[in-house]
Amino acid sequence: MIDTSATLVQGTLDMLILKTLALEPLHGWGISQRIQQLSRGVFEVNPGSLFPAFRRLERAGVLECEWRTSENNRRAKYYSLTKMGRQKLRSETKEWERQVAAIARILQTAS
Amino acid sequence: MGLWTNLSAGVRGLFRKRQAEQELDDELGDFLEKSTAEKMRAGMSREEAHRAARLEMGGVEAVKEGVRSASWETHFETLWSDLRFGARLLRFNPVFAGAAILSLALGIGANTAIFQLLDAVRLRTLPVKNPQEIARVAIEQRGGRSGDFTSRYSDLTYALWVEIHAQQQGFSNIFAWSPTQFNIAPRGEVHNVQGMWVSGEFFQTLGVEPALGRFLNSADDTEGCSPGGAVISYSFWQREFGGDRSAIGRALTLNRRPFEIVGVAPADFYGVEVGRKFDVAVPVCTEPAIMGEDSQMKSRSGWWLASMGRLKPGWTLERATAQLQAISPAIFEATLPADYNPENSKRFLTFRLGAFSADSGVSDLRKDNEQPLLLLLTLSGLVLLIASANLANLMLARASAREKEMGLRMAVGAGRGRLIRQLLAESLLLATIGAILGSLLAHNLSLLLVASLSTQNNPLFVELGADWRVFGFTAALAVLTCILFGLAPALRATSVNPGVVLKESSRGTTDGHRRFGLRRILVVSQIALSLTLLVGALLFARSLAKLSSVETGFRQTGILVTDVDFSSLKLSNEGRASFGHDLLSRMRAIPGVESAATVATVPLSGDEEFHDILPGISEPLEDQNPVSAFNHISPGFFQTLQTPLLAGRDFNDHDVAGSPLVAIVNETMARKILKTGNPVGTNFRVRRLSKISGPFEIVGLVKDTKYGDLREEPLPIAYLPIQQSPRPEQDSQILIHSNLPLSELTSAVKEAVNSAHSGLDLSFFGFHTMIEERLLGERLMAKLSGFFGALAVVLAVIGLYGVISYMVARRRNEIGIRMSLGADRRSIIRLVLRECVLLLSIGLACGVALALVASRAASSLLFGLKPHDPATLAMATLILAAIALAASYVPASRASKVDPVVALRNE
Repeated sequence: MIDTSATLVQGTLDMLILKTLALEPLHGWGISQRIQQLSRGVFEVNPGSLFPAFRRLERAGVLECEWRTSENNRRAKYYSLTKMGRQKLRSETKEWERQVAAIARILQTAS
Repeated sequence: MGLWTNLSAGVRGLFRKRQAEQELDDELGDFLEKSTAEKMRAGMSREEAHRAARLEMGGVEAVKEGVRSASWETHFETLWSDLRFGARLLRFNPVFAGAAILSLALGIGANTAIFQLLDAVRLRTLPVKNPQEIARVAIEQRGGRSGDFTSRYSDLTYALWVEIHAQQQGFSNIFAWSPTQFNIAPRGEVHNVQGMWVSGEFFQTLGVEPALGRFLNSADDTEGCSPGGAVISYSFWQREFGGDRSAIGRALTLNRRPFEIVGVAPADFYGVEVGRKFDVAVPVCTEPAIMGEDSQMKSRSGWWLASMGRLKPGWTLERATAQLQAISPAIFEATLPADYNPENSKRFLTFRLGAFSADSGVSDLRKDNEQPLLLLLTLSGLVLLIASANLANLMLARASAREKEMGLRMAVGAGRGRLIRQLLAESLLLATIGAILGSLLAHNLSLLLVASLSTQNNPLFVELGADWRVFGFTAALAVLTCILFGLAPALRATSVNPGVVLKESSRGTTDGHRRFGLRRILVVSQIALSLTLLVGALLFARSLAKLSSVETGFRQTGILVTDVDFSSLKLSNEGRASFGHDLLSRMRAIPGVESAATVATVPLSGDEEFHDILPGISEPLEDQNPVSAFNHISPGFFQTLQTPLLAGRDFNDHDVAGSPLVAIVNETMARKILKTGNPVGTNFRVRRLSKISGPFEIVGLVKDTKYGDLREEPLPIAYLPIQQSPRPEQDSQILIHSNLPLSELTSAVKEAVNSAHSGLDLSFFGFHTMIEERLLGERLMAKLSGFFGALAVVLAVIGLYGVISYMVARRRNEIGIRMSLGADRRSIIRLVLRECVLLLSIGLACGVALALVASRAASSLLFGLKPHDPATLAMATLILAAIALAASYVPASRASKVDPVVALRNE
């Protein structure tokens, strides 16, 4: 399947992953599905960027993981937010909203 | 915390690599499976769904690579594999690897050795508690002092020290000390050891703890004390007592005075003088007892002490200096030497004291050797540069041989950065091995250097451990050389266009200049640098030759200097004169002794005596009186040293106390001070500080000779008869000329001295050996710069040879064609040599320019030569050109022997 979805703005993938995990711990596939669902199909996340992002966030100390047995009795790696991850999500959301509002204002005046 | 998580996770990843890989596999497998299941639920068949899921993922390996590159430990792994690959390549080219490592080890070793010495004498701090608080107290003005200077650190007189001790406020503790030599033999032949006079607070101020027993303290150092306790150094304890603990309390004779050993200093404490090591320390107050009538303690113009203190908390050097300056006028007023003349006094009262940083101790070694060491460091740095250029050249040659390999690897997708990293890893490997071998070499080299500067009379001791500075220096050298010789070839090797390289046949007709320019530049700079080094080496060698053959004005060989100390006899002035005379007669009576003479100041021994001269009998004082060197001699001195008497007569046995005062002067004295060609019959008086003696009638004129130093211009010298000396010394220095073998002569002399009085202290040294030892520094400089120069030339010639052979190899086809078209051997040789001459002449031209600029740095170390000495430049140029041409003749003649058929068929 070809990725027809909108390209993600640089750096937003991390935020989306954090947001998805804010509710409950999830495995890789679950995270990608959740992002797709919540964005109503606008974003389709490529595994080629998803998994390196997991490793990066894990190393940065905002994600932690554990191995659980999943529904089909297979070992799956579940990611969840650390305390630092929750802080990061809060601050990034705030920053994002500030930027979006600013861009919106610019676009309104320009028209 | 983030960093820590990252670090620990990375390290875990490194050590549990298989598990980490397995987990990654599992995670991706899980993802694929879920994706497949999802697609099957949407209605695809199992195969279809599986395929679609894989496609969506876009290559499992690529994803894995992406994950791996998100973690730092991967770079580590790549480096490791690069290094392994590099090591494998080097193993396949043992000759290349060996040559590279050897030249690097030599270059880095030489640099590190010299840096280590520089570090030891210049940068290291004293082995005491908080050395940064230690400061030296001395007079701020340089020079201008008059009197007797009897130690290497003659900063203060005893009177000054007493005042400073009482009035200073900036130091919590302050001490005075003076280096000296003690004779520890109870009687007979002298056995000198390195001694120190230390004031009571010495050890306390420095904050060192005794290894055994106790240290001297203020109670030991009371004015007018009699010989008592002595502290010995750890190495002296090991050497003389085998480290026996019962050494404490044992007796030790110092200049025939009994002392008792009270303590042993710790092993790492060598004193406060870098470059020397003390053996025995005794209180300052014992100086009068040990030195007898030569004691400086009561003399206000006797400069023999140096002082150091520990700054109080909160006091800086500036604040301490300000306080010392404030008390200076009163101190100098109170300690004004009574025997000073008005000029001396005026200058003395302008002196001000100051505090100077002394955290790395004091060292005359540092002063004398800092510039030569820096120069040597530069020279060895240049050698390393040439060695690096050679390696770069070799690497470039290999780079062009590996062009195809690089092209191929780039064609299959290797990134350029990755290839450069890999090539650099190879250089790093070479540089590291070179540096490790180099530092092993360095330690031995620097030990050798110190040993070759040390003499029996002047033993040097340099604490040569590796510290972080030496380690850092070596590491920096390794990285620097690695970049120097690795980076350009790596860039060059990977700048290939894969398409072009892979298409190109190995059978080029002529060599394109495309990849050759850099190698030529390297060779040209090598030639230029090595010419500079060669010029330096020749300058130092010629300067040494000039110094050793300098006209001293006297015979140097076959002369034994015997020092007989008869102070233990406690003779009166008359008794001394007659005992000295008797000793000399006994020496002259030894069969085989041709001549002998007594002398107060052995020429070129470093001892000096200068006084003011007042020409005429009673002319009034002038503002500026001429100064002359002095010596006191017995009859026969000039005959023994073969110094020609130009007019008048030598002293004779009638020139004794009571008879008219006479003198002999040299030509310079006659010309410059007495302003006459033949001064025989004229008179002069002598002023020593404020005391005027004479007049002396000049009875002879002798040729100029050297006095204190080989480098000096002829000095005015006045000779006075030792028998007319108002205060005869209690020891006799006798110059004995004989053709007897040395051992036979010394035992005959011992016997003769014993026949005069048994058990006198006596010591011997060879006159010629002593003069040779004065040139130790120069000789070492000449040897080392010669070694570096030779090394540089060898390296440069190897570089040139390499480039020429390479050129010949590349132009084999062309040469084959030329020969088959009728070119003869000579024209082929000319073709090849033309290249060599071109490179050589550019290199030599640059080298001459460089040498002219660089040799100025050495000008102060040269004797009798200008740094831009044309003969030296011409000689260096000729030598280098001849060697270089000879080296390139080999590949040229090989080229001319090429069989055209073979060359053309050769693929």
